[in-house]
Amino acid sequence: MKYRIAVLAALTAAWTGPVLAQAKDPTIAGIEKYREMLGDDNPAELYEARGEQLWKKKAGPKNASLEQCDLGLGPGVVKGAYVQTPRYYADADRVMDMETRINWCRMNLQGVSEADIRKRPFGSADKPSEIEDLLTYVVTASKGMKMNVPTDHPKEREAFQLGQAVFHMRAGPYDFSCATCHGEDNLRIRLQELPNLTKAEDAKRAYVGWPAYRVSTSRVHTMQWRINDCFRQQRLPEPRYMSEAVNAVITYMAQTGNGAEYKGPALKR
Amino acid sequence: MKTEKQPTLSVALAIGVATALMAGCATDRSAYNPSPEVIKHAMAAFKRDFDAKGAAGLDRLNTDKLQDVCNATNSKPSPDMAAVVEREQEAAIKLPADGKFLGDWKAGEKLAQSGRGMTWKDKAGIPNGGNCYNCHQISPAELSYGTIGPSLLHFGKTRGNSPEIQKYAYSKIYNSKAFSACSAMPRFGHAGALTETQIKDLVALLLDPTSPVNK
Ligand code: HEC
Ligand code: HEC
Repeated sequence: MKYRIAVLAALTAAWTGPVLAQAKDPTIAGIEKYREMLGDDNPAELYEARGEQLWKKKAGPKNASLEQCDLGLGPGVVKGAYVQTPRYYADADRVMDMETRINWCRMNLQGVSEADIRKRPFGSADKPSEIEDLLTYVVTASKGMKMNVPTDHPKEREAFQLGQAVFHMRAGPYDFSCATCHGEDNLRIRLQELPNLTKAEDAKRAYVGWPAYRVSTSRVHTMQWRINDCFRQQRLPEPRYMSEAVNAVITYMAQTGNGAEYKGPALKR
Repeated sequence: MKTEKQPTLSVALAIGVATALMAGCATDRSAYNPSPEVIKHAMAAFKRDFDAKGAAGLDRLNTDKLQDVCNATNSKPSPDMAAVVEREQEAAIKLPADGKFLGDWKAGEKLAQSGRGMTWKDKAGIPNGGNCYNCHQISPAELSYGTIGPSLLHFGKTRGNSPEIQKYAYSKIYNSKAFSACSAMPRFGHAGALTETQIKDLVALLLDPTSPVNK
């Protein structure tokens, strides 16, 4: 573990410089080399280990652990739960992605206040956020399994339809929608390749890498974070964490890219 | 447009909505044919689920007529409808009062490189960049360019440097939608993202014979 952290520190230091004008993105090349060195390992393992501890630890006003949390496959079942989200949860009467669901359990089982959960959803390199640890733990337990996102419940269909419409909605001073950048094949912003998230093939590839360990920021980012930052690039105001709009967009992408093998937290630029 | 009376925008919109409604029955889930109800639902989610942050206020969720047309048709308006909105956008273009279109290409290159501006992280009061390299190849030396827009390498060399081309380039950057109703390119002048001087510098980058774009 110690060796890995040292390697990581050295490599991230080398990669945080500006992107140079080269045909092959040096960051991508660097990440490929880094992947080779680590083999199957990934710095997200640190998050996973912390997440497992947090999951089992009694906490919150109700002094309860999360071990009885129902992620969709029954109370306490973590393995395989991630590949079946986002899904409709009858107890909450809404469609939730896994990040929203874990937070729902923190509120309902542990009594953590919604205000506390909203205070700091996205961590920083030196100060991770608890949800990033918890989520990494939960998703890692589905590594290697096939994405099997349920699509039959009327609310799951409704979420897909809303997500698709939000994805295509042009607004703001630049008239952008998600589809402006992710609605055609083989587009790039500078040298960054943009998946066509309206198509199964690209959506599959993009979706199964999240949450992701980003080398440029040296930390794990969640899909809720990814959507937040893309709405920023769209020049819109900030989408509310765990809101219906964000969950619908995630549901749209997940259902579009259903069926691929979940890869666990990927390394990204 | 061959008919005597040109359709008003609301008529054009009604046609579009009717077409969208008919197309809404398609069963292919990957195809997107928005019905007015779906758009209304998405608009409501936008208004409910976003918070103002930095320079990005909630007013940015209020779509204008052009955005409404593009949203109702998944950015594929009928030719008639496109013609109507393109004329409306064109009518709102403010050309430079001094009649000059060419600024300083060196300043233009800096602007084209800069991707800053108008996100909630950008501080208000600092001039915006053009974001041009995010989407276009422009100068031959810059290999880190995007592909959402066509290559503009040798733009002046191939199009010439006539007053008409200068006016076109200025107008295109000022309001891309005057030429292509639902273009992916922002309306930089129309939206107040770039100033007259900045747009002139960008026109010079594209058209000045001494600009690296035309070497
Ligand atoms: C102005 C351009 C732009 C817009 C608009 C935009 N994105 Fe992105 N998106 C990007 C870029 C650039 C990246 C790659 C970032 C990186 O590599 O660090 C990206 C990455 C992503 C990814 C991760 C892809 C992967 O392979 O890991 C997802 C998912 C995504 N965007 C979804 C969205 C959604 C949903 C919206 C609308 C809410 C949206 N994007 C709007 C530019 C944009
Ligand atoms: C988000 C993507 C995007 C950005 C940013 C962008 N463009 Fe474009 N641009 C396009 C697309 C797509 C087209 C082609 C469709 C059209 O004509 O509108 C285009 C077309 C053009 C054309 C017309 C080309 C021709 O053959 O007539 C010019 C000129 C142009 N862009 C200049 C610029 C400049 C200068 C900037 C920066 C201030 C810029 N663009 C920023 C996407 C973009």
